[in-house]
Amino acid sequence: MIKIKIRKEISKRKYILFAVLSFLALLVAWLLASGSGAIKEIFLPRPGSVVTYYLESIKDGSLWINAKISIYRITLGFVYAVILGIPIGIMVGTFKKWEAVIRPLCEFIRYMPVPAFVPLIMVWVGIDESAKITVIFIGTFFQLVLMVADDARSVPDDLISAGYTLGSGTGNTIFKIIIPAMMPRLMETLRMMIGWAWTYLVSAELVAANTGLGYTILKSQRFLKTDAIFGGILLIGLLGLITDRIFAFLNKKLFSWAEGGR
Amino acid sequence: MGLLKRKKTDFSVREEHIEANLANSIVYVRNLQKVYSSAKGSVTAVKDININVLENEFVSIVGPSGCGKSTLLRMIAGLETATDGQIVIRDRNIIGPGADRGMVFQSYTLFPWMTVGNNIKFGFKLRKMPKEQQEEIVNRYLKIIKLEKFKNSFPRELSGGMKQRVAIARALADSPEVLLMDEPFSALDPKTREDMQLLMRQIWQEEKPTVIFVTHDIEEAVFLSGKIYVLTSRPGIVKEEIPILLPYNRDLSLKDTEEFVKLRKQVNAFIEHGEI
Ligand SMILES: Nc1ncnc2c1ncn2[C@@H]1O[C@H](COP(=O)(O)OP(=O)(O)OP(=O)(O)O)[C@@H](O)[C@H]1O
Ligand SMILES: [Mg+2]
Repeated sequence: MIKIKIRKEISKRKYILFAVLSFLALLVAWLLASGSGAIKEIFLPRPGSVVTYYLESIKDGSLWINAKISIYRITLGFVYAVILGIPIGIMVGTFKKWEAVIRPLCEFIRYMPVPAFVPLIMVWVGIDESAKITVIFIGTFFQLVLMVADDARSVPDDLISAGYTLGSGTGNTIFKIIIPAMMPRLMETLRMMIGWAWTYLVSAELVAANTGLGYTILKSQRFLKTDAIFGGILLIGLLGLITDRIFAFLNKKLFSWAEGGR
Repeated sequence: MGLLKRKKTDFSVREEHIEANLANSIVYVRNLQKVYSSAKGSVTAVKDININVLENEFVSIVGPSGCGKSTLLRMIAGLETATDGQIVIRDRNIIGPGADRGMVFQSYTLFPWMTVGNNIKFGFKLRKMPKEQQEEIVNRYLKIIKLEKFKNSFPRELSGGMKQRVAIARALADSPEVLLMDEPFSALDPKTREDMQLLMRQIWQEEKPTVIFVTHDIEEAVFLSGKIYVLTSRPGIVKEEIPILLPYNRDLSLKDTEEFVKLRKQVNAFIEHGEI
């Protein structure tokens, strides 16, 4: 007889245990690799020196200042992309004419390398905060439109037909059927996009900034301060993980009706 | 949509029986044709369909798979435009969907983010019906489908049969002039299916909605209907109109009677060989 293993549920405790173990394993591997002396400190810092770096930069306040400015940039870039991208994406996923106008264009632009735009963006909008926000916006917007369009498109035809036969016209069908029905998927899309936003944040700050986490990494690179590079990368990873978890949590709380129903 | 308008109503001599009944006819389908055109060529889904449904009548449409039953129903619902021909509901030409024609689909179409009660109220809210009246109608229909206890449940908490019962209630609660049902029970297990057939018959006997019911299941069609249209395949044409003269009060034991079996066989004989 076949024992079913594929997609078999495991208990929540087990899940958390394994997740913690994987992080621990990474940490142990790191400790071993850097502690054994096989790899030079300049290539791979000891966890201890990264911790020291954190403590120091917390003490002199630079960590918080840099994290704050990065979070500010990412929030604004992302919020602009969302405010503009969601309505357009819904229109693209709902009306063929909108799709014909917007989709091919977006497909084209999204393959352009955003980091390569950075020098141009500096020329266009200057080197202040708006430049970084623009990079994040451009990096996420076109992708977001396409993904939101897919989310809108994924609402079953029969659900829309049922609405029509209940007397719902175009406007009501969009606002009372398509938008609520796509909500859980939309949240997932946003969750993915915020991940992209973090990537573009680094691109923006690597080139055009003198503050922020990305900038800290770049500066440390110049002086081969590997502990600070590691510290910056890990912090960005951690912040990304936290935002991701917030979105996942919201999705579960707000859209419990969709659980297992997709 | 405009193409339905350009055809003038013309009553030919051949269809006297339809004309005779026109006075109390609710759904009147005349020379209806649907051609799907695509890059690969065109498919005539249905051709020269003539159907007449009287007020309070329960009519079934049976026929082999792919003969255009869903296409026909969707055109009556206004979800699909006809290539040629005419659909008249009472005295209105059908050029799009509307709340005057309710529909129950084969797939589950309850809005998953709404409770059962709010699903049934969906149409009322669009029409801004007074709150008390909404509650009153919802409670009445929940009682009819025997789901009073589930008013505040979400669709994911319901079984397939329960979901379809709510879908029927939702469609009926809008008091449509005709209820269109496209294989509403075919995703259900045999036992639930029979329960649903019985419930549907009861609803019809009590509420008297005008129903057009599409099914693969001849037994189901005979049990529920007062009249059956048999469609042939590719292109779909009405092959036969069979009146079902069975007792008015029906329960499942009817299925074992001689009359019933005879009718079932009679309908079956009109359907082409092969899969239905
Ligand atoms: N959107 C479409 N585009 C092209 N052809 C279609 C489309 N919808 C249906 N058809 C064709 O029209 C014919 C009738 O389809 P329809 O779904 O109405 O049949 P049906 O009787 O409901 O079948 P079933 O019993 O399997 O549900 C089929 O040959 C089908 O391939
Ligand atoms: Mg069908």
